[in-house]
This record gives sequence, C-alpha cells and structure tokens, in this order.
Amino acid sequence: MLQLANVSAGYGSFQALFEVSLEVNAGESVAVIGPNGAGKTTLLRVISKIIEMRSGTVTMEGRSLNDVAPHQVIALGIAQVPENRRLFPKLTVEENLKMGGFLPAARAHYGERLEFVYSLFPRMKERRAQRAGTLSGGEQQMCAIGRALMSGPKLLLLDEPSAGLAPVVVQSIFGLIKRICGEGYTVLIVEQNIRQVLKVVDRAYLLETGRIKTSGSSAALLASDEIRKAYLGL
Amino acid sequence: MQIFDVFLLEAVINGILLGGILALLALGLNLIFGVIDVVWICYAELIMLGMYSVYYLHNVYHWPLALALLACVLLVAALGALLHVLVIRPVLGAEPINQLLVTGGVLFFLQAVATLAFGVEFKNVGVSLPTLQVGGMYLSFARLIAFVVALGGMVAVYLFLKRTYIGTAIRAISQDRGIMPLMGVSANRIFVLTSALGGALAGLAACLLVLQYDIHPAIGLTFGPITFLVCVLGGLGNMVGGFIAAFIFAQFISVGGYFLALEWGYVLAFLFFIGMMFWRPQGLLGGK
Amino acid sequence: MNGARWIGLALLAAAPLAGMGDYPLHLLILCLLWAFVYTGWAIMGRLGMVSLGHGAFLGIGSYVVVMGWNHYHVSPWLGLPLALGLAALVGFVIGYPCFRFKIVGHYFALVTLALSEVVRLIIIALRDYTGGSLGVTPKTALVKATWSLGAMQFSSKLVWFYIILVVWLGGLWVWTRVDRSMARLALEAISQEEDAAASVGMNVTRLKLGVTLISALLTCLGGVLYAQYQLYVSPETVSGIGISLQMVFGAIAGGMFVRLGPTVGAVFTLLLAEGLRLTLGHDIHGLDTTLYGLMLVLFIIFMPKGILGAAIEAYEKRRRAPRVAPAA
Repeated sequence: MLQLANVSAGYGSFQALFEVSLEVNAGESVAVIGPNGAGKTTLLRVISKIIEMRSGTVTMEGRSLNDVAPHQVIALGIAQVPENRRLFPKLTVEENLKMGGFLPAARAHYGERLEFVYSLFPRMKERRAQRAGTLSGGEQQMCAIGRALMSGPKLLLLDEPSAGLAPVVVQSIFGLIKRICGEGYTVLIVEQNIRQVLKVVDRAYLLETGRIKTSGSSAALLASDEIRKAYLGL
Repeated sequence: MQIFDVFLLEAVINGILLGGILALLALGLNLIFGVIDVVWICYAELIMLGMYSVYYLHNVYHWPLALALLACVLLVAALGALLHVLVIRPVLGAEPINQLLVTGGVLFFLQAVATLAFGVEFKNVGVSLPTLQVGGMYLSFARLIAFVVALGGMVAVYLFLKRTYIGTAIRAISQDRGIMPLMGVSANRIFVLTSALGGALAGLAACLLVLQYDIHPAIGLTFGPITFLVCVLGGLGNMVGGFIAAFIFAQFISVGGYFLALEWGYVLAFLFFIGMMFWRPQGLLGGK
Repeated sequence: MNGARWIGLALLAAAPLAGMGDYPLHLLILCLLWAFVYTGWAIMGRLGMVSLGHGAFLGIGSYVVVMGWNHYHVSPWLGLPLALGLAALVGFVIGYPCFRFKIVGHYFALVTLALSEVVRLIIIALRDYTGGSLGVTPKTALVKATWSLGAMQFSSKLVWFYIILVVWLGGLWVWTRVDRSMARLALEAISQEEDAAASVGMNVTRLKLGVTLISALLTCLGGVLYAQYQLYVSPETVSGIGISLQMVFGAIAGGMFVRLGPTVGAVFTLLLAEGLRLTLGHDIHGLDTTLYGLMLVLFIIFMPKGILGAAIEAYEKRRRAPRVAPAA
C-alpha cells in the first residue's frame, strides 16, 4: 500500500534521512523503531508532506505523492496522529473529532464514524463536550487517534503515541492500538518504546541516525541480540 | 439634577444602539486578528468604500435599495479576500509590524482613491427613516434597525463558527495552524474565507451606517480608531471581549457627549481607555 | 568616508548662498525639516516600537506654541518647553502602561494610532481657540521688522535654512547617540527576547520609555519649527492618522534602520509630491497620497529595508562577494 524508495530528507543543512526504503502492505501493522533523533518523526512528516523530501519517491497505492499538496494527503487515505497529540485545546472533544472528519468525502459518514470512535473509546463519549485542552494525557491520545479515524483512512500513521505518557497509560494506549490493528486498519507506528510496540505490530524497521539498519518480524526482532542488547537492556 | 432625566436615558439608550454597531465592527476586526493574526488598519476604509457603493448603486444607478445593500456586502467581502491575497499574504512571513504597516498603506491608498474618485463633498443616500417618540425620548428608527441587524449578524456569525465545518476550521486554525493540513484543510483557503467573512461584516456595517450618516472619504477616521480601541480594550482577538467593550465604549461616547460636546465624548472614551490600560493592559478578556 | 561626509555637509550648507531661488530653498528647508521629524520617529521605530501616532506630538508642538503666542502673548521660546513638557507627559502616559505590561506590536500601534486621532479631535473640539478644522496662523510680528527673535519669526528663508540645518544635524546626532549607547544593544535583545533581557537585570521599561520620550520630544520640536516656519497649521496637517502614516512611510521608504534613511525618505516623498504637482497640476486632490499609500504597500512587501537600506545591503553584498571562498 505504502512504499518509500530511497527517501532522503532534512532540515536546511541538516540531513535527517538517508535513502530510506520501506513498505507497508494492506492490513499490516508496521513499526519504525529507533532512538531519539533517529529521524522517525521526519519520516512521518515526509509521508504527510509536511516537509519536502530531497530525493526518492513515496507512493500510496501506486500513486506517487510528489505533486500532492500537504492538505491533499488525507484525501489519499493517509491520516496521521501527530506527535504530542496536537489537539485543538479550546475545541471540545467532539469538535476535534469533527475536524478529523473535515474531508468532504468523510462528512457523509460523520454519524457512523463518530459512533465507531465512541465505541472504541467510551471515555471520549463521556467527555464529548469537554474542552480538549483539559483532558489527561491518555485521554488526549485517545481523542487524537479518534480524530484521525474520523476520516476513514486506509493508512493510519502514529507518531510516538507513548510520548509523555505514564507507563500505565502507555499500556492501555497500546492495547487500544492493538485493537485498531485487529479491526483491519493498516497502521504505521513510529515509536521509541520498543518493547511495547513490538508486542502490537507484525513487522518493524530499525532506524538509526537516518538509515534503516535492520528489519524483520516483531518476533524476530525481539529475539535478536542486537535489539536486546542495545535497546532492551538485556 | 433628577436621577431619572429622560434626556440622559435617551443618551444611554442611544449608547446601547451605538454599542451594537461598534460590536459588529469589532467582531470583524477581531475575527481577522484571531484567525490570521493581522490587524486590518484599513478596516474602516473598507466600510467607507461599501458605503460609497450603496450610494452609487442606489442613488446614481437607481438600483433598488435592498439590492444595493446586498451588493455592498458581497462587494466588501470580495475586497476583503482581495486584500488578503494581494497585500497580506505576501507579508505573512515577515515581521508583524510590517503586516500592520502594509494595511496602513492601504488605508492611505483607499482614502486617497476615494477622494480622487468620489470627491470631497459629503454624500448621503437620502433614505429617511422615521424617528420614534418613546416617552419623551426621540429614538431614530434607523438606529434601532441597525442595532437589531447588527445583533442578528453577530448571532449568525456565532452559529456559523460553532456549527459548520468551515466555521469550526476557522476556530481551529487560530489554535494550531501547523496541523491543519493533516485535517485536509488548506490554511490559505481558510484565511481567504475568513478575510471574505471579515469583509462581509464590514459590508454589513456599511449598510447600517449608510442609512444614518453622510459619506465622505475620510469618515473611516470617525469610527476606525474607536473600533481599534474597542478591540484592544476587549482583548485583541477576543470576540466576546470586543462585544462587551463595544457597549462600554459606546456609553462613554454617548453619555459623555451628552454632558459635554460630541468630540469630548470621544476624548472621554479614550481617557477611559488609557485608564483601563494602566489597570488591565491585556484588555478585559485578553490573555495572550 | 568621513572626509566625504564633511565635504557633502559643507556643500549642503553653502548651497543656498550660491543663489538658489526662493522656492527651491523652501523645498530644501521642508526636506530637512521633515527629515528631522522622520528621523525622530525612526529612533523608536527601528527598535521595534512602531508608533502610528506621532502626529500627536507634532500637533502638540505646533499648537501649543501658536496658541500660547496668539492668545497669551507667550513667546514661542517659552511655549517650546511647555510643548515639550506636554509631549513628554503624553509620551509617558501612553508608553508606561504599554511597556510596563509588555504591550507591544499590534496593541501599541493601535493605541498610538488612536492617540493621534484624539489629539486631532481635541484640537478641533477647542475650535474657539484653535480655529478648528480651518487651521490657524501665528500672529505676525513682522509688520515692521524682517525678523523677531522673541516671536521666533524670520522672514528670511536663509536664516530658517541654517536653523533647520542645525536642528537636522542635531537630530542625526541624537540618532547616533541612541544607536551607540548600551541601551540599543539591550533593546535589540529585548525586541527579540523580552524575558531573557529582563533576566539580565536591565530595566526594560525605563529604557523603552527613555527612547519614547526622546522620540516624542524631537517630533514635538519639529512641530514647533514647522508652525513657526510655515506660519499656518491645521489639525489635518500636523495631527491625526494622515500625517502619522506619512512619517512612517517617509522613514520606511528611506530606510528605517539606517541613520540617513529617514532623510532619504523625506527627499523622496517631497520630490514625489513636487513631481506630481508639476506634471499633473495642483487640481488633482489626493493623487500624491494615493501614490504614497500604494508605495508604502509595495515598499513593505518588496523593500522593507527602504531605499537606502536596500542600497546599502546590495553594496555590502557586492563588496563581500569576491572574498567568499567556495565551500570545499
């Protein structure tokens, strides 16, 4: 479904990604793991076209994203849950979800999708009229994920869903993510919390300083010495 | 002095009616600032052009008044959008002060163009609406209508911002511009739409003002600075604050003008404003 | 460079002696006078305190001395400190809340804009004294004499030229002093990062107020001289938004960040107005302001550093270019 081929990108004179290639197939859940500063967020920004890449191609269902403007990406079926949630603080939960469904094509399905999100996140239904800025971290994450789901995406991008959340909350978030993957969504997660994310996804790529070092199924990676020593402290 | 002085009451009521118009003016300006983060210093001049458009369409080209008024709103809405695209957008990335100055240049320009095109004689649409007599007070019907329409306009804007997708997007973009593309919203389109909406509000104000006042290229100066003060007093960008501040200001102008001469009413309002700046510099409801 | 400046100055000072006509001399005087006023504005403007209401100070200067002279026979020499005092007070009253509570940018500009309008309204409201919109002329002291020191009136343009020349130079000197003092460094830091500067223990408010007062006083002085030279003032020509924006435009068009920028701006605007008058005739009311407005917009968009600023930048770039070694 999504293919990155030799993508290089950066900021000004600083290059963050060096010829990164990866792919995500329909129905899969894939993670990009790696340490801080590896370029993971940059990767998602390139896919959402928030920053322009310097070379390489990104294709979604065979269609190149080269000439696509940033606000048109969601119409191709790619929705992102940005780092740090980025909810609209003064809008209510429901209004945030409504913004997620802003796409003209999504508006027809607003009612049913809203119900779906509320069924996934009952707490959001309770707090539907509450200002998003007053939610707890975990609730904000739920709201942000729900917002992305409102557009009925084919591919869901999650940028560091565990960032800034307490460990207990992280567990429940990943439980929810696992459920979403189970519902058949294609998911690409970028994450620092390797142990948690590998429990949830099928495959993963290891990104270090802008390059893909290794990749494989979650089980294989969890078992690999390299990962265990460097990242899991074993 | 009697406490219940009917002329004082008349001044107070006129103040309330004036407040309605000022609130409408402030709404447009606050909307633009709250969303795009720019102050249209030439806002009053857009209204001035709107007023001239009604005059020319109705009195010179003999369009029916209702049609001329509608055309005015649409015309100024278009001017607002044009202003954004031609003048504001090129300087969006520059220093904020440049954005301010560029609209100052437009103010200059529009006033001068109006002088060239329309001359300096006062013009009047010549629509004479009755004066109502209520218990010894004389209230202008035109002012009452203006008040009602202004309130109606504000309610319409409120509903638009609250209920529609675009309205919600307009509110959202002022809270987090960066992720708007992720929602499928082009920030530029929202800015142009907001500018058109601000222009439409100016056009509406022009319709209300043209029924009561003469038109002159420099009339923007009579309510422009006051509108700015109202917005600053209410907290720049805060629509509710501007609403409240408008009525307070209008009372100062009206009652002050009742006790002293008209110009002193404005001076008094300004002094009140300065006093408020010492006390609550960010404005009544401002918080940035 | 310095030598060239002295020569230029000497030439300028000697120019009228070489027999300029009265009218060109008049233009030159106005040029220098407005250059002084614009420079006074730019002292504040370049440090991020953009006032759209300096017309207030200009108006205070003009009207206080003329009213004092016409109604109370107070010599403009005494009226001057009165006007300066009032200008300083107004500057303080507006500046203090803004700076103390960190109201800058938009708020400040709007407040100053309203200020100039209020001053204009007050002048009009006091129409019994000021003649309202029709304007007023200082009562002449030159019926029998060609000059009167006490009335600050001189019929000789040559005398006025040298007075204004000295004042203009004085303005440039003040500009330089403000520029060089520690305050400038502090304020530049402040306009970028207020909290950081404050944490280093600088009294931001006092510095900003100081610069504001200097600017207000210079502008006020300009108003006094303008009234005494032109011998006619009206609310529109010396107060209100129009003249305030004109000051801003002049300083910006020339180059707000450069010492001689405002002067270049004054020359530019004056030549523009004169050029239009000559080519199109006196009757086209408001054509020059149309062009001012249009040009202000265009300058801000395309040449925010002004004519002189952009020229200097281009010069510096060309000077540096050959020395830059290509990246290895």
